[in-house]
Amino acid sequence: MARPTRLAWWHLLITLVALLAVTVGAVLLGAIDLGWQRVLAEVWAQLTGGVSPLSEQESAILWQLRMPRVVLAGLVGAALACSGATFQGVFRNPLADPYLLGAAAGAGMVVTIVVVLAPGAGVAFLPAAAFVGALGGVALTWGLGRSTGAGTATLLLAGVAVASFLTAVQTFVQQLNTLTLQQVYGWILGGLSTGGWSQVLSALPYLAVALTVLCTCSGLLDVLTLGDEEAASLGVRPGVVRLVVLGAASLATAAAVSVSGLIGFVGIVVPHVIRLLFGASYRVVVPLSLAGGAIFLILADIVARTALAPAELPIGVVTAFTGAPFFVLILRRRQS
Amino acid sequence: MSALVVVAALALTGCATHSEPPASTNTPGAGFPVTVTPTGGKAVTIATRPTHIVSLSPASTEDLFAIGAGPQVTAVDKLSDYPSSAPRGDLDAYKPNVEAIAAKKPDLVIVYSDTNNLVAGLEQLKVPVLLLKAATSLDDAYGQLALLGKATGHTADADKVVGDMKSQIADVVAKTAKKPLSYFHELSADGYTVTSKTFVGQVYGLFGLRNVADAAGGAGDYPQLSAEQVVAADPNLIFLADTTCCQQSAATVAARPGWSTLKAVRNGNVVTLDDSVASRWGPRVVDLVKAVAAAVQKAS
Repeated sequence: MARPTRLAWWHLLITLVALLAVTVGAVLLGAIDLGWQRVLAEVWAQLTGGVSPLSEQESAILWQLRMPRVVLAGLVGAALACSGATFQGVFRNPLADPYLLGAAAGAGMVVTIVVVLAPGAGVAFLPAAAFVGALGGVALTWGLGRSTGAGTATLLLAGVAVASFLTAVQTFVQQLNTLTLQQVYGWILGGLSTGGWSQVLSALPYLAVALTVLCTCSGLLDVLTLGDEEAASLGVRPGVVRLVVLGAASLATAAAVSVSGLIGFVGIVVPHVIRLLFGASYRVVVPLSLAGGAIFLILADIVARTALAPAELPIGVVTAFTGAPFFVLILRRRQS
Repeated sequence: MSALVVVAALALTGCATHSEPPASTNTPGAGFPVTVTPTGGKAVTIATRPTHIVSLSPASTEDLFAIGAGPQVTAVDKLSDYPSSAPRGDLDAYKPNVEAIAAKKPDLVIVYSDTNNLVAGLEQLKVPVLLLKAATSLDDAYGQLALLGKATGHTADADKVVGDMKSQIADVVAKTAKKPLSYFHELSADGYTVTSKTFVGQVYGLFGLRNVADAAGGAGDYPQLSAEQVVAADPNLIFLADTTCCQQSAATVAARPGWSTLKAVRNGNVVTLDDSVASRWGPRVVDLVKAVAAAVQKAS
């Protein structure tokens, strides 16, 4: 297979068709079987102003519970995969993921503190707390990395230090307040079960801005892979590019974390699968990770919603359990 | 709102009936040593009338104070918050520390769960331990009261408390018309609930209510139901046992996506329970029965 360095029309076609297919599948499947003919008839009725075949409760299940959840899964998956691809490009490290610079640890610490200080009333503020914590963690890493030296290696190490420190604080606060364990643990495992349209709307503006920036700047990541000096000779300022794309990737990650908690594996596995299937250029990987991440997380959420129905599996378990073997399969096929 | 007021009123009257320990009719020290055997456990011998009891079980703490053994209680765990005359505790039943418990110099320890091999640890220190697991039925709860009565030298008091509970519950149930209403008992906002087989499920069973989790086919007696499942079941009554822990209320339930279409929400039959009353198998079960009765009366 040729390894194109540009985004080809058939790339977009394949991923968009796949995205459409899983979206339709996700809307049809759930803990309650509404019947695919009736769902299609309901959608048709809403579009044409006809008579709904569903009861009021079934209609609420479809439009207020299932639809926003599918959209939210798509948005969160797109954000995490796109950010992961960007992090891998900036740090030139295949293991880089969106949580590398302290976003997860920062969000986890602030969420824990809010839950402990206001166990009940704090629930409403958890998305905002996670958002602020994620951005705060990254800002701390950035400040620390800048003050101790330039270069991405320093930033990476600063990220490790900040993440360890914030996680230690979180664990300490948690140990002093074991009663809130379940609530914090539930949040850390990640999930989309409480997602409604309000959460979609709250995350959408940040994601729209951040993901637009990431896709627009994806070509610059290819330039960065040549090394800073080479990049500078081509008229690119590596420091500025890194600041902009890491800022945008962190904004997308923070928005995703705020509505879904911590969902692992998406940010690492999706960009690699895209790379193996469609080519290594970031002009290809970043935009296609957007669609690929959405597809992967929508699929994972179908499993989360239906595997243990009526109960729900934490989606982080699904992403790791299904993502890891799939990833190994792709790697092996690529090598043979 | 009116349901809340009713529950609050019931809780208050409940306090009045239970917080006054019955006058002791027993001679202190007589009748010991005694041997008691908790359900599913092994026999425990208590040599003398205990005067330094440590309770790491909120339900047992309520039992002890109800049967007049309160003055013999030295320390409790930090979740034992009732009655108000109980000592305030700093012991953690989730992460029990044998040394911290031993420092209270107990002559009887009561736990509901053998976390971290606590029972073996205390037995090495020659402290008698009663492992009284969460009651699985009303009879089990009455049995624990009787057992604690025997273990603390308050046999007659315990029998009286059990008798009062039985007659009060029978009275409330008899006065409430049985309606084939369905209900959802919420333990947490992420949909954990109970089936009719659980202790609290049996309380609802007294009124002939139908549990929506039974038909859903979840795992175990404390299954999780997805929001889709609850909305599809459309229960007549929703009981919230996550009002203190998680600040849930009729308003927060109505604000959840899709829940505003439910009968229980539309007809004002989302009932807030006291988390503790709804989760402990102590004497305040009577309050729970009264709260359910009031809700059934209103909904029918």
